[in-house]
Amino acid sequence: MIQRKELTQRFGIIDPLSITDYLKNQGYQMLHQVLEMKPEDIIEEITLSKITGRGGANFPTGKKMKGFASETGQKYVICNADEGEPGNFKDRYLMENDPHQVIEGMLISAYATGATKGFIYIRGEYQKSIRIMKHTIEEAKKLNFLGTDIFGTDFCFDIEIRRGAGAYVCGEEFALIESIEGKPGRTRVKPPYPSEVGVFGRPTLINNVETFCNLPFILKIGGAEYNKIGSSFATGTKLISLSGSVKNKGLYEVPFGTTIRKVIEKLGNGVKDNKTLKMVQLGGACGVIIPPRLLDMDIDNEAFEIFDTKMGAGAIIVIDDSKDLFDIILRNMEFFQHESCGKCTPCREGHIQIVNLIKKFVNYEATIKDYQSLESLAKVIHETTLCGLGQASPTSILSTMEYFKADYTNRIKESYERGNISG
Amino acid sequence: MVNVIINGRDVAVEENTSILEAAQKLNINVPTLCHYPDLHINSECRICVVEIEGYRGLKTSCSTPVREGMNIKTNSPKVLNARKTITELILSNHDAKCTSCVRNMSCELQSLANNLGIDENRFENVLHKVEIDDHNPSLVRNANRCIKCGRCVDICKSVQSMHVLDSMGRGHDMEIRPAFGKYLSDEFCTFCGQCANVCPVGAIVEKDNTDVVWQKLHDPNVHVMVQIAPAVRVSIGEEIGLSTGLISNGKLVSAMKHLGFNNVYDTNFTADLTILEEGTELISRIKNGGVLPLMTSCCPGWINLAEQEYPEVLPNISSCKSPQQMFGTLAKTYFANKTGRDPKDIYVVSVMPCTAKKYEAARDEMSADGKHPDVDIVLTTRELGKMFRQMGIDFDHIQDVEFDNPFGITTGAAALFGATGGVTEAALRTVYEVVNNEPLDNLDFHDVRGLEGIKEADVNLGGTMVKVAVSHSLSNARTLIEEVIAGKSPYAFIEIMACPGGCIGGGGQPYGTTNDVRLERIASTYTIDGAMVYRKSHENPAIKALYKEYLKEPNSKRAHQLLHTEYFSRN
Repeated sequence: MIQRKELTQRFGIIDPLSITDYLKNQGYQMLHQVLEMKPEDIIEEITLSKITGRGGANFPTGKKMKGFASETGQKYVICNADEGEPGNFKDRYLMENDPHQVIEGMLISAYATGATKGFIYIRGEYQKSIRIMKHTIEEAKKLNFLGTDIFGTDFCFDIEIRRGAGAYVCGEEFALIESIEGKPGRTRVKPPYPSEVGVFGRPTLINNVETFCNLPFILKIGGAEYNKIGSSFATGTKLISLSGSVKNKGLYEVPFGTTIRKVIEKLGNGVKDNKTLKMVQLGGACGVIIPPRLLDMDIDNEAFEIFDTKMGAGAIIVIDDSKDLFDIILRNMEFFQHESCGKCTPCREGHIQIVNLIKKFVNYEATIKDYQSLESLAKVIHETTLCGLGQASPTSILSTMEYFKADYTNRIKESYERGNISG
Repeated sequence: MVNVIINGRDVAVEENTSILEAAQKLNINVPTLCHYPDLHINSECRICVVEIEGYRGLKTSCSTPVREGMNIKTNSPKVLNARKTITELILSNHDAKCTSCVRNMSCELQSLANNLGIDENRFENVLHKVEIDDHNPSLVRNANRCIKCGRCVDICKSVQSMHVLDSMGRGHDMEIRPAFGKYLSDEFCTFCGQCANVCPVGAIVEKDNTDVVWQKLHDPNVHVMVQIAPAVRVSIGEEIGLSTGLISNGKLVSAMKHLGFNNVYDTNFTADLTILEEGTELISRIKNGGVLPLMTSCCPGWINLAEQEYPEVLPNISSCKSPQQMFGTLAKTYFANKTGRDPKDIYVVSVMPCTAKKYEAARDEMSADGKHPDVDIVLTTRELGKMFRQMGIDFDHIQDVEFDNPFGITTGAAALFGATGGVTEAALRTVYEVVNNEPLDNLDFHDVRGLEGIKEADVNLGGTMVKVAVSHSLSNARTLIEEVIAGKSPYAFIEIMACPGGCIGGGGQPYGTTNDVRLERIASTYTIDGAMVYRKSHENPAIKALYKEYLKEPNSKRAHQLLHTEYFSRN
């Protein structure tokens, strides 16, 4: 068994619109149990599990919750469901197939940390997810899973849906917070971090949908047991959004430690249309592009350190050899040019220049100088931008400059040979 | 204390000190662009990045606090390359016609590029030119030069609470401008010009009127006179490269004469006149149960705010024209009469620390004959500096010359108008003596001095303790105005100045105005006051003579006709 269905165990089995179905399948059981535990013990279990954030930055969830729990006064929990990274669709699946699991995870977090109000910030294009989550909240309220004095305890927690308006950058935590406050989605200077000064100036715990969905599971089997799942570097399971030139596209849940090759070959059933695999982009448009020889790499964060990047949210995009590398990079880069918020210089002014330079490669008009400018610019954007968008956006360029350098040099050579460059 | 190593040197600094401040302690200069003292750290330009051992990427030194044991390099090859690349990127979307830009040689981007050794830009210029907004008398906004540093947004929002400018759109299309692509004149902009004062480049500048002044100076048929505002003499030195902003009146007048002005007069004269008119108005409002608190009317930025957003307080505002406009009226009436000139042959130039004064001078009602403006043109301190440079005046060797009479004899009280609290202090010196009919023991009202946002003082007027308040910056003004509207204002008299620090911190003052600089200009202001023979407006012999000869007495019919005005709701 390559898959291990924990977060997706109820997928297809329950009617997502029915709270009764969820309850029949062990739903809200962990909440009941948790309400009898001491908040610090819950955080202890989560810390013991060594789970890290599933949104892509991989920050230890227990550590984040512990810091947040020590804050006082009005506190907020935000579920980041602004899944905008191209190639990712796991959060949509989680919301549309098992929505109460999201609510239960948020409830556990809120109880463990003393927060009383939650927001789910859902990507605007996810109309169906928004409808389902709204319905789910209503149902949970009716049965007092949300609201005041939940199950006769003095625990109160309410959730509001906020929908995004299409900006990719609003998945970045501070841009998301600004957006909830009704402002343009632009990041803030850190520190202070959201757990200190977040939405409406109050401490805020912000986690990805998948991270919240993990919490009932962690508490069910215990942190120590959870810690045993996965590899020595990363624990638990990971939802993989598999797409591109592969026969069986879709969502898969695998334990950490599974190799990328296994996911593509066993779960995805290999490259479609009898084509050859040329490269794989991991994480989404902001992710590394690796050659076939690296497919035996584990899906875990440690492995990605070599790229000076993070694993991302679990997208695997398979690209066959009929595709042109520069077309792919151009598409990525035009996306980031469009999605940059414009706040910091390297991201605002850098992406348009990156696009211009990549276009030269696409059009067979590239020189060695263009290559040097592109490399230098990509590194500067990666190292100096204010938020994660620009820090990650040039990853496809920097990784292909390492693993597909021949594509660049050949293109430059051909540019000269075709007579497109004078001198 | 936190110990860090910067460029191999140890330094111990307070917790939460930024790396930038820690470096400054070691006299290590880290270049910045969006950073401005007294404003928020927005960390947008990314020029001040540094390398920290063990940290991913580069960190902005302005926003990153020191941590124990940090090993920081401010000038590693990686850092220098990043700074250079970022500067090239800024220039790739900038209308870099440096030699034909008003900020040539005073531009922070230009000097940054120069210091970083940028002689060629690797990136293609992608500037998409947009319309220049020069649809108002005060400010010109040239977005083609904007580098989106956000300083103007911050000062407009957090210091002035005006929210006229903000960033619109996103990515490469992001621009800083008034909402919905409107002009400044379509918005409730007060033209205070603080945005222009903090702009590092030439994206927002005052409307340049030096050309028309030169033209008039060279026209033999025109009698050109100039008035110089109190706050200009404590800052003009910065324009001509003197270490302190202060310049002697003698040299200033002399230089103005070199430029060719027929008469060089002092706005301080009409500041004294304002005190007599406004002081009398206050006394009569208190005595006759008039509308109180009386609010000062010298500052056109604040008048714009009141007319646009707070018409409820218009009856509170003193009907006195500002000193600039009192001067203009007297020039075109009293002076014209006395010297037998046709008012239309007299051209009145003002040198003001202010951009809103350009708007004030252009108001319809500021015209004695209903056809010609009383003040024909207003120059900022910066524009005067430009004219001095154009003329190549050698300040070391020019002779001292006195102000022309009669509008040149002034008091220390008038000199105070430049600093926040100054109008109040000047008014109290006169009102106290007039009401109590006894000399004031101590002329210095320390309660109303300094940079605290809202200041209060109590003064005994005829046995009653009267409260006065002073505010500077428009966000502080709003606090006092809203109290008045709510009927909760405990004051009899309120001084409001739009700019932080008062006129010495005006939008037309030399670049680089920070709180430290404001304090220096304020100190110079009190030095001038202390050195004056007369320090109370009502003791000014020239003012006494003017009343005797022409105006009769304060608030007389003629005084009202010439020196007072009215306000209009523009809400």
